[in-house]
Amino acid sequence: MNTDFINICLADDDEDDRLFFTDAFDELKINTKVSTFNDGVELMDFLHHPDSILPNVLFLDLNMPKKNGQECLLEIKKDEKFNDIAVAIYSTSSSEEDIELTFINGANIYIKKPNDFERLKKILSEVVTLNWQYHTSGLNKDNFLMRM
Amino acid sequence: MKIHLKFDYAQLTKKIIQEKLTDLGYKFNIIGFGEFNFLEKVPLAKMEELTAIFNEYGIDIVENQKSVLVQKIKDAIVEMVHTDKALNIKSSVYIAEKLNLNYTYLSNVFSEVTYTSIENFIIIQKIELAKNLMIKTALNLTEISIQLNYSSVAHLSTQFKNTTGMTPSAFQKIIQKRREVAQKNN
Repeated sequence: MNTDFINICLADDDEDDRLFFTDAFDELKINTKVSTFNDGVELMDFLHHPDSILPNVLFLDLNMPKKNGQECLLEIKKDEKFNDIAVAIYSTSSSEEDIELTFINGANIYIKKPNDFERLKKILSEVVTLNWQYHTSGLNKDNFLMRM
Repeated sequence: MKIHLKFDYAQLTKKIIQEKLTDLGYKFNIIGFGEFNFLEKVPLAKMEELTAIFNEYGIDIVENQKSVLVQKIKDAIVEMVHTDKALNIKSSVYIAEKLNLNYTYLSNVFSEVTYTSIENFIIIQKIELAKNLMIKTALNLTEISIQLNYSSVAHLSTQFKNTTGMTPSAFQKIIQKRREVAQKNN
């Protein structure tokens, strides 16, 4: 892990949230490469492009124009070539219905967007390290559920 | 007066390694091809000292060794959690004995490479096993907690919640619903 990069993608239409997110990763000691997308269409175009390096973890905002997070999630879960991507929902919603539905639709992680930066760093660090353990230690990804 | 030198690099590096290791004061043997064994336990502080000394000569200790070690630690933990669950010795003692290395050293290498601690990794493994037992067997949570050597079912529940952010029953519910959806789609 110390020489490898973890590839991270975020799709979020809010510019401040994207900035907040990339800043948090910059301050973590984990080596990551973060790519951000402004909406679901932009994200899915990238993922479907044959030259793209697929992310290890994908963070999805739920409310986005053009294609929302739930639609992206369903599209990703339908396609076998995306099986190795851990999907984290990254949303302001704390509605139990939203949360349950995303998990049932195949999301691995649900993160309620925190308001303070230190908390965000802690959450992202926990998510990425736990995902890394699933990735490198032969754990069953179907059982990877985490709510922060 | 100009003097030309010719080097035997293998001889040179072997000599440097031998000298520096002798200075360090721990028993070793040189295998050759850039490898040597310490014949006794070397504390992490000494390893760091050695790394610094070697760096002066442009010799790097290959990090990869650490990844190999981390893998061995993980293997030992998986074995401990899955087969030796009823074990009564402390996990630190178990791992140190299994790998025949100092636990503090192992623990430091593990954290450096994985950004998580051995303790945390053990918890992840135990919770994963608990998940598997919840899904694949008819055991209830109390029976699972006994099998995994938890002091109580509450202890397992709390650790489950801390690790996954959800209760064991919420987890079970989601897995159950996922199955129902999958069956409907087939």
